[in-house]
Amino acid sequence: MSTSVKPSGTAATRGRRRGRPDRKAWAFLGPFLALYLFAMVVPVFYAIYQSMLKVERNGPMGLGEPSVGFAGFENYSLALQQETFVDGFGRVLLFGLVQVPVMLLLALVLALLLDQVSHRWAGLLRATYFLPYGIPGVIATILWGFLYVPGVSPVTDVLGDLGFQPDFLGYDNVLWSIANIVVWQFAGYNMLIIVAQLKSVPQELYEAARIDGAGPWQTALHIKIPLVRPALVLTTVFSIIGTMQLFAEPLVLKKVAPAVTTDYTPNLSAYFDAFANANLYLAAAKSVILAVVAMALSFGFLSLVTRKQRSER
Amino acid sequence: MSATSTRTTTGSEAAAQPPAAPAPRRRKAPRPGRIVLVAVLTVAALYFLLPVYWLVVAATKSNDSLYGSFGLWFDDPRLWDNLSRVFSYDGHVYLRWALNSLLYAGVGAVLATLLSAAAGYALAKYRFAGREAVFKFVLAGVLLPSTALALPLYLMFSKLELTNTYWGVLIPSAVSPFGVYLCRIYAEAAVPDTVLEAARVDGAGEARIFFSLVLRIMTPALVTVFLFQFVHIWNNYFLPLVMLSDDRKYPITLGLVTWQQAADRVPELTQYTIGGAFVSVIPLAVAMLVLQRFWQTGLTEGSVKE
Repeated sequence: MSTSVKPSGTAATRGRRRGRPDRKAWAFLGPFLALYLFAMVVPVFYAIYQSMLKVERNGPMGLGEPSVGFAGFENYSLALQQETFVDGFGRVLLFGLVQVPVMLLLALVLALLLDQVSHRWAGLLRATYFLPYGIPGVIATILWGFLYVPGVSPVTDVLGDLGFQPDFLGYDNVLWSIANIVVWQFAGYNMLIIVAQLKSVPQELYEAARIDGAGPWQTALHIKIPLVRPALVLTTVFSIIGTMQLFAEPLVLKKVAPAVTTDYTPNLSAYFDAFANANLYLAAAKSVILAVVAMALSFGFLSLVTRKQRSER
Repeated sequence: MSATSTRTTTGSEAAAQPPAAPAPRRRKAPRPGRIVLVAVLTVAALYFLLPVYWLVVAATKSNDSLYGSFGLWFDDPRLWDNLSRVFSYDGHVYLRWALNSLLYAGVGAVLATLLSAAAGYALAKYRFAGREAVFKFVLAGVLLPSTALALPLYLMFSKLELTNTYWGVLIPSAVSPFGVYLCRIYAEAAVPDTVLEAARVDGAGEARIFFSLVLRIMTPALVTVFLFQFVHIWNNYFLPLVMLSDDRKYPITLGLVTWQQAADRVPELTQYTIGGAFVSVIPLAVAMLVLQRFWQTGLTEGSVKE
């Protein structure tokens, strides 16, 4: 694929010296842009197109040959009229409102605390916290699933001995059991982004603060937290996008938790429409709605943050 | 800073000391604060390690003792026996899945890295009309939810008869807008214009400059992009789920879920699921620990510009 870049050598020798061979940029960009268009941009428009189609039944009483016809926004209004689909949105929003702050707070606290520990331990602990990021979501869910199911789980065993009867997979709890899995997977990853930002801060700043008599608490509150704000914004945006797409965890947990329905999250709902109910057009509409909501939320958050930042200055 | 002052003392003390042991006290930090600090960090470590530790223990158990013995301690360990069954079950299908996962993640990440490097370099080092527009257009892809995209991709690929082929998973995996973003930032900072000019004066072609000079300078960023994309593809579930129907083309994630879901019909599959998870998690866990340094370099690049 990258070989398409090669034949630029001869032309470049002609355009050497002061004349910068800037047209060559397109040869470098080409392969990526071609695949980007093919695998990301075109599918989006194809999905929008599909979402405006429907199967029409012709003939008396709709028993004739089915054909594909134009539906306009019918699929969209159909999707939005489905109470369970809209409920799914409410569910992931609630999920995100709780899970994202909890996860980022944990990530921030761990990053700040690691700053206080000796180098050797910090490295080891950082790697430990980051480890779950390398474990696929579905495998993480299988693992936590075993830790949630009474009978196999040592956690319910221990809690049972202490007199608790936790029902991790019950109707009211399963959403938060999923939240726990997501926090477990991504807290360390987000922590690492914050740690990276902390490291990029000039050390003299900390020195200055220390000389001015600021303790570890004051340094953290007044210097470090404001400085890692860009990292927090970045991680929040990624977390919002991730939350809206919640799919693999509930799908795998469905096996052991009857409370998880086929339209527990918007993504699950679209998936089951496409593959269980064979309604591709409705599924396409739901995917589009999901993408629009996710992008609107992340853009909304970004503009909120930047506006606030501007007004602070 | 505090890190350096404590470092020398911990270094001289026993290396095997657990983190819970009283850390060398500094004059500044009050003692209760230190204890809370160590306690919080230890509890967090236990939390992150719990499922992995459980997995290690469970992988050594028979199907019966999985249910009949305490989950956090060993009971009649038989790891090799378990693992050989995992591998031989159903005509060595697990081995097939593992190779598929390596193929998807390895090839996909290499392609994505090369494409991102070329695109990022072009956006950083050439001046041409539409450059910023292209960059914004690519950045929009970063915010596009990837699983919301999987279904549209499936719809389109099924028209092109690319579903249920290796290409169906590989092509979308080779595209990483975030990789382009990282590469652009890195190339802007790390590739000096003077070096490029000198190479041009020496008569080197643009392609040669890129392959023999620029790629070398950009190596740290490339390692990061490769690692991120590798993990992203390795962990991806939705895309192979919608694309593939033949279980011989499955990656590990998809395969293990089919085992897990079939476990009420074939009870020994519970143990195979655990064994299979064990085999897939351990190498990655080791890689995460060893390659930790690289993750961080890349993340710094990523957030510096913010």
